[in-house]
Amino acid sequence: MNFLPTSEQLDLQQGVRELLDARFPLEKLPGGFAADVWRSLAETGVFSLRTDLELGLADTVLVFEELGRACVPGPLVGTLLMAGRADGPVTVADAAEQPLLVPHLDVSSSVLLFDGDVARLCAASALSGPVVAEPVDPLTPLHEVVALPAGEVVARGDKVEVLRRDGALLTAALQVGIAARLTDLAVDYAKQREQFGRTIGSFQAVKHICADMFVRTEIARVALHAAAVSCDDESVGAASRAVAGAKLLADEAATVNSRSCVQVHGGMGFTWEVPVHFFLKRAWLHATEFGTADDHAEALAELL
Amino acid sequence: MDLRYSSAELAFRDELRQWLSATLPTLPAKPAADDWPARRAYDTAWQRKLHDAGYAGINWPKEHGGRGATPTEHLIFLEETERAGAPYVGVNFVGLLHAGPTLIAEASDEQRSAHLPAILRGDEVWCQGFSEPTAGSDLASLRTRAVRDGDHYVVTGHKLWTSYATVADYCELLVRTDPDAPKHKGITWLVMPMDSPGIEIRPLKTVLGSSEFSEMYLDEVRIPVANRVGEENDGWRVTMVTLSFERGTAWVDQIVDSVRLVGDLATIAKKVTRRSATAWDDVGLRRDIAHLAAEFDALWALTKRGVSEASASPTGVPGVGASVLKLRYTEARQRLMDLAARALGRASLSRADIGGLPGGEFIEERVNSLSYTIAAGTSQIQRNIIGERILGLPRER
Repeated sequence: MNFLPTSEQLDLQQGVRELLDARFPLEKLPGGFAADVWRSLAETGVFSLRTDLELGLADTVLVFEELGRACVPGPLVGTLLMAGRADGPVTVADAAEQPLLVPHLDVSSSVLLFDGDVARLCAASALSGPVVAEPVDPLTPLHEVVALPAGEVVARGDKVEVLRRDGALLTAALQVGIAARLTDLAVDYAKQREQFGRTIGSFQAVKHICADMFVRTEIARVALHAAAVSCDDESVGAASRAVAGAKLLADEAATVNSRSCVQVHGGMGFTWEVPVHFFLKRAWLHATEFGTADDHAEALAELL
Repeated sequence: MDLRYSSAELAFRDELRQWLSATLPTLPAKPAADDWPARRAYDTAWQRKLHDAGYAGINWPKEHGGRGATPTEHLIFLEETERAGAPYVGVNFVGLLHAGPTLIAEASDEQRSAHLPAILRGDEVWCQGFSEPTAGSDLASLRTRAVRDGDHYVVTGHKLWTSYATVADYCELLVRTDPDAPKHKGITWLVMPMDSPGIEIRPLKTVLGSSEFSEMYLDEVRIPVANRVGEENDGWRVTMVTLSFERGTAWVDQIVDSVRLVGDLATIAKKVTRRSATAWDDVGLRRDIAHLAAEFDALWALTKRGVSEASASPTGVPGVGASVLKLRYTEARQRLMDLAARALGRASLSRADIGGLPGGEFIEERVNSLSYTIAAGTSQIQRNIIGERILGLPRER
C-alpha cells in the first residue's frame, strides 16, 4: 500500500498547474470562457487523458483539481466523459431536471444528455431555449431548454450509471480544487491585511477559520483520491459508496470554504474586484451538478 | 496512489488473523471497570501473550526488542486487532506508546535495558506525570520543583490527569529544575519509581464516574539522578522527540470502530419506531448518518495517507497531518454519538442497553468522548498548530 501520488502523477498535476498559471491567471478569470485556453488544454491532452493516454481516474482527478483551482470556465466534465466520441466542448443535460438548465450551450459542439437509464449524444445546435438573464455564476451562461432532441445513444443501463458516477467524481475534483484555492486566497489575505496594528492572521478567530478551511479540503481530497482509486480498481473498496462520499464532502468543502473566504476578506470579499466571488458562485453551480450533497447522502444511506 | 496491500502485507495479516482467532477465545472474562488490580492483571497478561507471539512493540525497532514492523504492518495490526475485538492496550498505554519510545530515543543503555524488556513483556506498568493544575495546554509552565541534593533530586509538586497511577510501577515525570530559565529551558525528564516515599495518589472521578485518572501529590520525593533521561533542563526537547515516534497510526482502532458504529447506528435507526414510521424514515436523520459514514471513510483514507507518508520518510518528523486527523476525528466521533442519541430518543437516557436496543455503547461513549477534543492538545491548540505550522500564519501576541 502506498496512497501517495506517484512522481509521474505529481508531474502531471504540476504541468497542468503551470500551464494554467501562465495561460489563465486570476486576472483573466472575469473574461469567462477563453477559447484559446480551452484549445491549449485540449492540445495538452487534458480531455483525452483516459482515451489517448490511457490514464485512470486517479490521474484524471489530480488534473481536474487543477482546473477547479484555476476556476476554468467551460463544460469540463462532459468534454472528458465524451472524449473520443465527440469533437469540441461537450456540455451536459439531464432530462429529469426541472428547470432544465444547460451551461455553456453556445460554446459547446455537443450535449451529453442523460435520460433515465439511457445516455445520448446530440448536437448542441439541436437544443434551444431562452438564455437565463441573471445566472448566479456570471462566467457560466445557462440556457433554459424546453424540448430535448433524440440523438445517438452512447450508453445504457449500468454504463449510464458509470458515466454518472464518473461525472460526480470529476465534479468533486473541481470542488476540491476550488476549496484548496479558496484556502490559499484566505491565508494570503490573512497574512497581509493589518487591523488593530497586527496582521489579522495572527488573531485566533481568523486563524481558526483558515485552519478549518484547510482541514475541510484535506478530508475532501483524500475522499476524492480514495474514490478515484476505487473506481479504477473495485477490489480496494466499494466505488459507488466512495464516490457518493467524495461528492458530498467536496461540495461541503467548496461551499463552506467560499463563505469562510469571503468572511476572512471582510468588506473586500463583497466586491466584484476581489475574485473570491467567482469561486463561490462556481462552487454553488457544481453543487447542483451530478447530484447534490443531499442526493449523494441518500445514495450512501441506501448502502448502509 | 495504491490502496492494495502487498503480498508481504497480506501474509502478515493472515498470520495475525490466525493467531488472533486461536488466542482470543482463550482469554479470561474482562474484569470490572473499576477493579484496577484486576485490570492490570488482565491487560498485562494480554501484553505477555503479544510478547510471546512476537507482536509486542510492533513498531519498536528490533534492536530494542520490538518487531520493527513497517508503518503499514502497524496499521494492519491495529485494524485487525480492533476488528477481532482484541483487548486494548489498557494500562500498558504509557509504557508502550510514550515512556518506552522516549527511552528508546533518549535514554542510556543501562536505562533501556532496565525498562524496555519489562515493558514489552507486560512486567512493568508506567504512568505519566506531565499535566498540573496550572499547566494544561500550556504544559511548559509546569511548576513541580526538583532540587538537587547530592546524587538525588528532591521533588515536590502536584500532578493531575495521571492515568493508571494506582497500578503503575514507574512514572515518566516532568519537573522544573531551573525556575529562572525561560519556561521551555528549565524542565527535566525523570523516571520515578512509584513505590518512592512521599507520593500520595488521590483518584480523580471523571464525568463517567470512572477512576482511571488520579491526582498525584509529591512531597520531597527522592529520585536518583541516575534516573534522569537526557540532560538536566533538556526535558522539553526529550518530550517532544517522543511525539515524533508516532507514525500516523494514532487513531486507527477508533476509526475502524467508528465505521462499524455508523453501520450499527443505521441498523438501530431502522428498528426504532417513532410515530408511525422508523427513525430511519426520517430523511434528515438518515442523511446525517450517511454524512458521517462519508466522513469516517475519509478519515480512514486520511489515515492510510499518513501511514504512506511515514513509510516514505521513515526518519522524518511526523506530518502535521496528525493535527488534521486528531481535530477532525475527535469532532466527528462526538457528532456520531449525538446522532445516535437523536436516533435513540428516550433510550439515550441510559448508559446500558435499554428498550431492546443496543444503544448503551453509544451513550457511554457520548459521555466519554467529551474528553477527546481536550486531551492530548485541545481542538483549539490543533487549529493553532495547523494555522501556524502548516499555513504559516503568524503567532498571536
